[in-house]
Amino acid sequence: MYGKGLRALSIATVAAMALALSLVFFYAPLDAEQGFLQKIFYLHVPLAIVALCGFVLGALLAIAHLRTRDPRWDMRSYVAIHMSLIFGVGALITGSIWAKGSWGHWWVWSEPTLVSFLIVFLLYATYQPLRFAIEDPERQARYASVFAITAGAFVPLNFMAVRLASAYVHPRVLGSTSNLPGPMALTFLVSLAAMALLYATLCKFELTAKHTRAQLRALRRRLLGEIPDAQARRTRSAAPTLQPGATVGTQAASRTAL
Amino acid sequence: MSRTVAALLRKELLVELRTLESVPAMSLFAVTTFVVFHFALNRSVVDGDLAAGILWVTLLFAAILGVNRLFVADADQGGFDAFLLAPVDRTAMLVAKVITLLAYLVVLELVAVPAFGLLLLGPSIGDALPDLIGVLALGDLGVAVIGTLVAALAVRTRARDLLGPLLGLPLLVPIVIGGARATSPLLASVHPTAPAARWLLTLGLYDLVFGLIAYALFDFLLED
Amino acid sequence: MAALHVEGLARRYGEREALSGVTLTLEAGQTLVVFGPNGAGKTTLLRVLATLLRPHAGTVSVLGSSLPEQSWAVRGRVGLLGHEPLLYRELTARENLRFHARLHGVADGRVDELLDAVAMTARGREPLRTLSRGMVQRVAVARAVLHDPELLLLDEPHSNLDPAAIELVSPLIGSASRRTRVICSHDPTGGLAEADVVLGLRAGRPALLAPASEVDRSQIAELYR
Repeated sequence: MYGKGLRALSIATVAAMALALSLVFFYAPLDAEQGFLQKIFYLHVPLAIVALCGFVLGALLAIAHLRTRDPRWDMRSYVAIHMSLIFGVGALITGSIWAKGSWGHWWVWSEPTLVSFLIVFLLYATYQPLRFAIEDPERQARYASVFAITAGAFVPLNFMAVRLASAYVHPRVLGSTSNLPGPMALTFLVSLAAMALLYATLCKFELTAKHTRAQLRALRRRLLGEIPDAQARRTRSAAPTLQPGATVGTQAASRTAL
Repeated sequence: MSRTVAALLRKELLVELRTLESVPAMSLFAVTTFVVFHFALNRSVVDGDLAAGILWVTLLFAAILGVNRLFVADADQGGFDAFLLAPVDRTAMLVAKVITLLAYLVVLELVAVPAFGLLLLGPSIGDALPDLIGVLALGDLGVAVIGTLVAALAVRTRARDLLGPLLGLPLLVPIVIGGARATSPLLASVHPTAPAARWLLTLGLYDLVFGLIAYALFDFLLED
Repeated sequence: MAALHVEGLARRYGEREALSGVTLTLEAGQTLVVFGPNGAGKTTLLRVLATLLRPHAGTVSVLGSSLPEQSWAVRGRVGLLGHEPLLYRELTARENLRFHARLHGVADGRVDELLDAVAMTARGREPLRTLSRGMVQRVAVARAVLHDPELLLLDEPHSNLDPAAIELVSPLIGSASRRTRVICSHDPTGGLAEADVVLGLRAGRPALLAPASEVDRSQIAELYR
C-alpha cells in the first residue's frame, strides 16, 4: 500500500525538476548586481523552505503519534525529519557558496535567516542520537515525538528571536516574492514546487523501503521462526522499525486513546 | 496538586542538602569560569556586550551542570515508578522540578553575580542590580522550564550526560539572545541604560510558550 | 466481582513478545503465585497490573477498573514490591516513608506504626545507603503497604530477608494480611503453600494455570527445564 502512486509521483517530480531547471537557466533574467551566481537562489531558498516545512510537518506527525500511539505516525515523523536534515545540509552548503560569492565569506552572521537555520539544524542534529540512545522502541518513539514537537515549535520562535537580534537589516531577495520581478518570481515558485515534490517523493521512497523491509522480516520470521537475538540486535538503529504485528497493536492502541 | 508539589519539593531539598551534588558544584564552576575568562581574554575588566556575554555564557553552562543531575536520583532509584504509582497529578512533578531548578539558579546567581562584579566587571554592579535582577529572573524561568524538559528527555537514555547539553544549548539560544542583549546596556561603562522592552518581552514570551509546551508534553516522558 | 480479570494480555518489547495470551481470573482475597524462569515475563506482568506498563493487546481489569483507560482509578489501591525498593538511598527510612505518605495522602502516624512493624524504628534516621539490603527490603515492604492497598504485587518479596525478617513482615504481606496478592516466586514449596491459584509462565506464554490444590511440585520444576 506504501508503494502505490510512487511511479506517478516520481515522474511528476522529474518533470517538475526539469521544468524548474530550464526556467532557472533559460528564462529567469540575470540579476543586475550578482549576475549568474544569483541563480543559486533558486536552489538554496527552496531547499531551506522545504526543510523547515518538513521539520514542522515532523512535529505535526509527532502530535498524531502521541495522540494515537500508532507507530506508523512515528515512522512518518521520523522520515519527515530525516529527509529535512538531508535537505538542510543542502541548504547550508548552497547558502555558504552564495555567501562566499556575493560577500566574500563562507559564513555571514549578518543574515538572520541563515543564522537561525544553523541553530535549528544543530538542534535537529541531536534527533538521531536521541533515538539511538533509547533501547525500548516504544519509549524511543514517544521521546522522539516529544522532541519533534518541542523542536517544531522552536523553529518559528527561534527565527523571530534571531531576526530581532540582527542589527543589520539587509535589502533581501530572500523570503518574500513580492519584491521580485515577475519572471524571477515565477521561476522561484516553480523551483519551490519542484523541491517540495522531490521532498515528498523521497519521503515516500523511504517509507516504502521501510515498510517493505518490515514485511520481509515478518515473512522470514514466519518461514524460519524467531530471528535469533544477535541478528535482531544488528539491525537496531536510530530509525524506527514497523512491527509485524503493528496493526494489531494499533487497534488496541486506538481503543485506548481517550 | 499543591500538596504533591510540596512533598516533592521537600524530598528534593532533603536530597540536595544531604548530597550537595548540584548547587555547590554549579557555583564553584561559575566562579572558576570567570577566572578562566580572565586569562583566556587577557582582560582584567570587561563591560557592555562582552560583560553581558561572559555572564550569560557562564550562567548557562553552570545551569547545564544542574540540568544534568536534575532527574538522576529519580531515574536510578525508582523515583519515577514510585511517583507513577501514587494517585497524583503528573504535572506536579514538572512543577516541582521547575521550582527546584529555579531555586538552584537563584542560589547560583547569589554567588556568581557578586563574584562577577568583584572579579571582572569594570563598572560598579550596584547601579545595574535592580534591572539585572529582573532580566535574570525572566531568563532563569526559561532556563528552568527548558532545562527540566530536556533533563527529562535525556535522563533515561544511554547518553544522558551528552544529550542534555546537546539538546539544551540550541533551545536556550533565544534566552541568551534576549538575556545578553538586555543585560549589555546595563553593564556599559559609560551611560548605562535600562534594557529595551523588546528583549524583556522576548524572554517573557519564550518562557510562556515553552511553559505551555512542557506542560503539554511532560506526561509522555514519565510513562513507560 | 473478581479482583483481577485478564484476558489475552500481550506486551511487546520491540519485536520480542514479553507476554502473550495471558488469561486469568483472581477473586478478592485470593493469592496468585506466578512461577517461571528468569525472563519469562513475571516482572512485566506485575508492572502491567501496577499500571506502569500499558497492555498492547487483550483486556485487563484490576479491582474493577479496566487498564489502561481507568488506570487513575487503580493507582493508590495497589502496592508494588519489586526488585527495586523504590526508595531514595540518600534519605532515611523515615523520610522516604513520609514522602510516600504525602504522595498517597496518608497520615504521618502510619509511618511510625509501620517502621515499628518492620522493626526499623531504631535505624529509621540513617540514610538507606548505610543499611544492609535486608533492612532496605524491610523498609520497602513498609513502603508497599503504607497506603493499605487492596491488591499487593510482590516480586520475590523474601529476597534478602532472613527467616526472622520473613516472620516479621508476614502480617503485612503474608497470607495473614488478608489482601489479594500476586506473588512472583522461584520457591516451589513456599510458593505453593501460599497459593490459591498457580500461573506458570514460559517465554511470556502461560504454560500452567490451575488451582493450587491441583498442582504438584514436579509440574513447577518442569517450567524451569
